[in-house]
Amino acid sequence: MGSTVATARSKILLVDDDQDFLEVYWEILKRLPSGPEVHTASSGARALALLESDPFNLLIVDLNMPKMDGLQVIAIARRKYPQLKIVVWTCIADEQFRARAYGMGVDQYWQKPSSEQERQHFLDSVESVLQREVQGGFRGVQSKSLVDLIQLECLSQNSTTLRIKNGALNGRIWIQAGELIDAEAEDLKGEAAFRQILGWKAGSFELLPGDENRPRAIFSAYQALLLEIAQAMDEASHAGVDGEPLQMSEDAASPLMGLTRFNGVQFILSVGPKPRCEIKSWGLETPDHVSEWAQESLKSFADLGDWLQVGPLQQVTAMSPASHVALAESVKGDLCVGFRSTLKSDEVRETMRNILAKWTS
Amino acid sequence: MGKLPSGAFAMDRDGKVVVSTLPQSFPESQMREIADRVMAFFKGAQNAQMPLHELNVYYPSLKVTARNLRGGALIFLSPQTLPKS
Repeated sequence: MGSTVATARSKILLVDDDQDFLEVYWEILKRLPSGPEVHTASSGARALALLESDPFNLLIVDLNMPKMDGLQVIAIARRKYPQLKIVVWTCIADEQFRARAYGMGVDQYWQKPSSEQERQHFLDSVESVLQREVQGGFRGVQSKSLVDLIQLECLSQNSTTLRIKNGALNGRIWIQAGELIDAEAEDLKGEAAFRQILGWKAGSFELLPGDENRPRAIFSAYQALLLEIAQAMDEASHAGVDGEPLQMSEDAASPLMGLTRFNGVQFILSVGPKPRCEIKSWGLETPDHVSEWAQESLKSFADLGDWLQVGPLQQVTAMSPASHVALAESVKGDLCVGFRSTLKSDEVRETMRNILAKWTS
Repeated sequence: MGKLPSGAFAMDRDGKVVVSTLPQSFPESQMREIADRVMAFFKGAQNAQMPLHELNVYYPSLKVTARNLRGGALIFLSPQTLPKS
């Protein structure tokens, strides 16, 4: 099955939802000095299918793609094919994305070339990546922490059971279709057990098959739980407390943390009342852009409601195959919440209503 | 302003009404006003790296639903019945 192998002729998989780019660079990359074999995929799902069926040396992937974005492809590819070299090429000029991509183990991060000179630099670097000898050491799962592994399994929508050993202590974490559903550690169950396990400083873990019959006992989003735990651990380390059981404090958490527990929440952004318009966000790469758009949209639709005389704006929801968004105004300012695309439109509206109620209470 | 009718209309990327099931009494200027805001919403989302395909705007007596059509938009107006107190 698919893996990364050293062959006489290197194989490149080029992934981009822009068909024009694919066609142009398919031609150009074929003419590199090493004469690689170039394959293309116009979606993340198609790319993963190709990686599964054929060995490749280099994956060149765009970040901004519908349904499955480049970071998701990278997360899965890096885990499954640790020796695969990965180059990001994207239009996103954002340091956070760059840092995140490098953090996931990509070899190079490029903005899409806009001049002949940039194109030549890009091609030279691709050629150098192909020529580079396979380096030793571990990549992929072996070098990941437990938190990384949980994020990868959830991001990859996997179903798995993680068995963790810490000396005489044993724990298990159940993930079902990318959702964290339960954990068990000694006498603890659910979220308490999850916190306990992630508080262990060392140990080993192994991946077991998923258990679809396991009843769900954890209903918070895994991102929210991981963030809470990371904050608590950070606080504990700053306070010089070691080995104490982790206790979560609402006061220690961001004001938005309490809202991240709602079903399907991926990000939250709040913009405080004028004139300060203080922006707070959780889970967003570019909060400034989103806050500007959210404020303008809410004002625009509130004005429209006045103009049409249909009453005050209640809520705005928007859908896409990748994610959903809801916007609403309140006495505490504007709120913008991103949801998983698995939620239905009615669920987004209802959840947003509940989030708003909690936020303003 | 009179009671809003139920129906749909489509605007192309240049802001021109290409088809409408709304009564002729519903002025085109109002359709443009709604469509401009809808299209600005989709465009702003795209610029914020959040491409969106469908939009729902909820008011007590109206729901506006819109679909992004390659720069244009298909917009549905659904008057809502206010609950009796």
